[in-house]
Amino acid sequence: MSVKKFVTGCFYDEAVLFPAVKKTRRAGYKIHDVFTPFPIHGLDKAMGLRDTSLHTAGFIYGITGTATAVGFITWALTIDWKLNFGGKPFFALPAWIPITFELTVLFAAVGMVLTFCYLCQLAPFVKKDHFNPRSTDDTFVMALECTDKTNEAEAMSFLQSIGATNVQVQYKETGWWLGRYDKDTKRFEKKAEVEAAH
Amino acid sequence: MSIKEKFVVSKRYNTISIALMLLGIVAIAGLYFTTHGGKGTPEEKAVADARFWASLLQNSVYFLLVVNASMFFICATTLAWGGWQMAFRRVPEAISAVVPVIGVIALAILLAIAFGSNHTIFHWTDAKHVEHDKILNFKKGFLNKNFFAVMTVLTVVGWSLLGWKMRKLSRSLDDKPLATIAERKKYIWNNTVWAALYIVVFALTVMSSIPWLWLMSIDAHWYSTMYSWYTFASTFVAGMSLIALFVVYLKNKGYLEYTNQEHVHDIGKFMFAFSVFWTYLWFSQFMLIWYANIPEETTYFKSRAYGPYSGVFWFMFIINFIAPLLILMRRGSKRNYTILTFMAVLIIFGHWMDIYQMVFPGPMTDPKSEETHVPMMLWDMAIALGFVGLIMYVTGKALSKAPLLAKNHPFVKESVIHHT
Repeated sequence: MSVKKFVTGCFYDEAVLFPAVKKTRRAGYKIHDVFTPFPIHGLDKAMGLRDTSLHTAGFIYGITGTATAVGFITWALTIDWKLNFGGKPFFALPAWIPITFELTVLFAAVGMVLTFCYLCQLAPFVKKDHFNPRSTDDTFVMALECTDKTNEAEAMSFLQSIGATNVQVQYKETGWWLGRYDKDTKRFEKKAEVEAAH
Repeated sequence: MSIKEKFVVSKRYNTISIALMLLGIVAIAGLYFTTHGGKGTPEEKAVADARFWASLLQNSVYFLLVVNASMFFICATTLAWGGWQMAFRRVPEAISAVVPVIGVIALAILLAIAFGSNHTIFHWTDAKHVEHDKILNFKKGFLNKNFFAVMTVLTVVGWSLLGWKMRKLSRSLDDKPLATIAERKKYIWNNTVWAALYIVVFALTVMSSIPWLWLMSIDAHWYSTMYSWYTFASTFVAGMSLIALFVVYLKNKGYLEYTNQEHVHDIGKFMFAFSVFWTYLWFSQFMLIWYANIPEETTYFKSRAYGPYSGVFWFMFIINFIAPLLILMRRGSKRNYTILTFMAVLIIFGHWMDIYQMVFPGPMTDPKSEETHVPMMLWDMAIALGFVGLIMYVTGKALSKAPLLAKNHPFVKESVIHHT
């Protein structure tokens, strides 16, 4: 992943943050993300984010679990090793439902946790870089992504005008940790700044 | 924003509800004449008579429990100090106003069956038979006419009175807003206490004893401790579907301006979640009996899951579990009025079928050959439509009496800004 340039600003009040998000989108700036210490209802809609696909993934993991359980038990108890349990039929579906249910839940739960970690780029020993550490405490941090054409000074004064404080320019490497630095496509040309930032 | 404060019952609505009620009355009369006056042995006549009363029993008890679920929904959310339902709370309130009406009908039918001379439905009412029957003799303390009558009367009166009190508390705010915080706190506390009382009565009736008396005692030799919970789950999910139907209807007519997709989504969640909960109880009851395979327990499922009722049994399992699970799982379908309406109708019908297969196999068993058969179901469906008309009529009247928004309730703002 490439190192990118961002303009960040801090907010302390939802009542300021929501109109600010709206104005930023209308002005045409690209919001990289808004970091908040707790989930804020409606912020995803205000930012124009699409619904997550995590549910769909969960459903697929779930039916994988169902199929695994039913398939394996059926194979084991009707083909591979038939056992007579109290005169019940070999294909004793009601007795398998609890196990099928458990495997469905297990597959869905573990699969969704791993997918969630992947989507959020979280893993053991991976350090995440904060734009502002207070975004885990009491501050909402909005980060605008810059391109070659972005005028930093303009973006900074724009953020200030919509109520942001502590406005800064920051260089950050976003995204997954498997990036290869030598093949990076640089999104902007000031290489010296990037090198200085690292 | 101007809002339409009160529901005005349209002519078409009234015509439909009255037509449905007439259809129900015609069906009851038709069923009476087809089951009575035929030739046959006294045993056959008794089964034919029982078929008539079983239909009335099934329909009146089912719809009574369904409309009563509305008051349970109000009291449970009140007890949890929930605010999200305030935007449409007048709808379940209006539905619960049907409880006294169907309650009286069900009471009359139940007492007529228990004290009547035909013992086909409730074997345990036959004193001579009970003397020789070891199991029924043992259950005499619980299954006897006097206890049955007292419990039934107390139950119907308890639900009606406490429901009336909850509705009165809600309407008392319409004309006089609560000025101070202390007054509001007192009001909420007052509501909580009455709701808690209702929940206690509800727990002692629907959730434990009443389905045992009204429905399970049809198969008097058999018992299941889960039966009441199962009946509760069945009627509660149908009750939530009924609320959904009325909310969507009012939304389409331009009422309930402050109720939006967020609220409808949450009602949909209730329908989805309690469909799964119902299946959990359905399966727990079935699987334990299937696994243990004790004849005195499996007799219940013999005629249902594997006998003549297997079609009804598995069909209602599909529309009560598989359909809600797959269709209501998506977020979008719970927010879509068309899909939600379709599912609500399907669920109400599905649980009507559920109660059908709980009631009918018992009285429809031939005493000599022990063979069971499924009666012509169209009669029962027509009678069910009569009850639907009655619910529409009384609910519509109750809705038109009070404003649709309890605007002075302290939690209204919470509901208006509700967001899932």
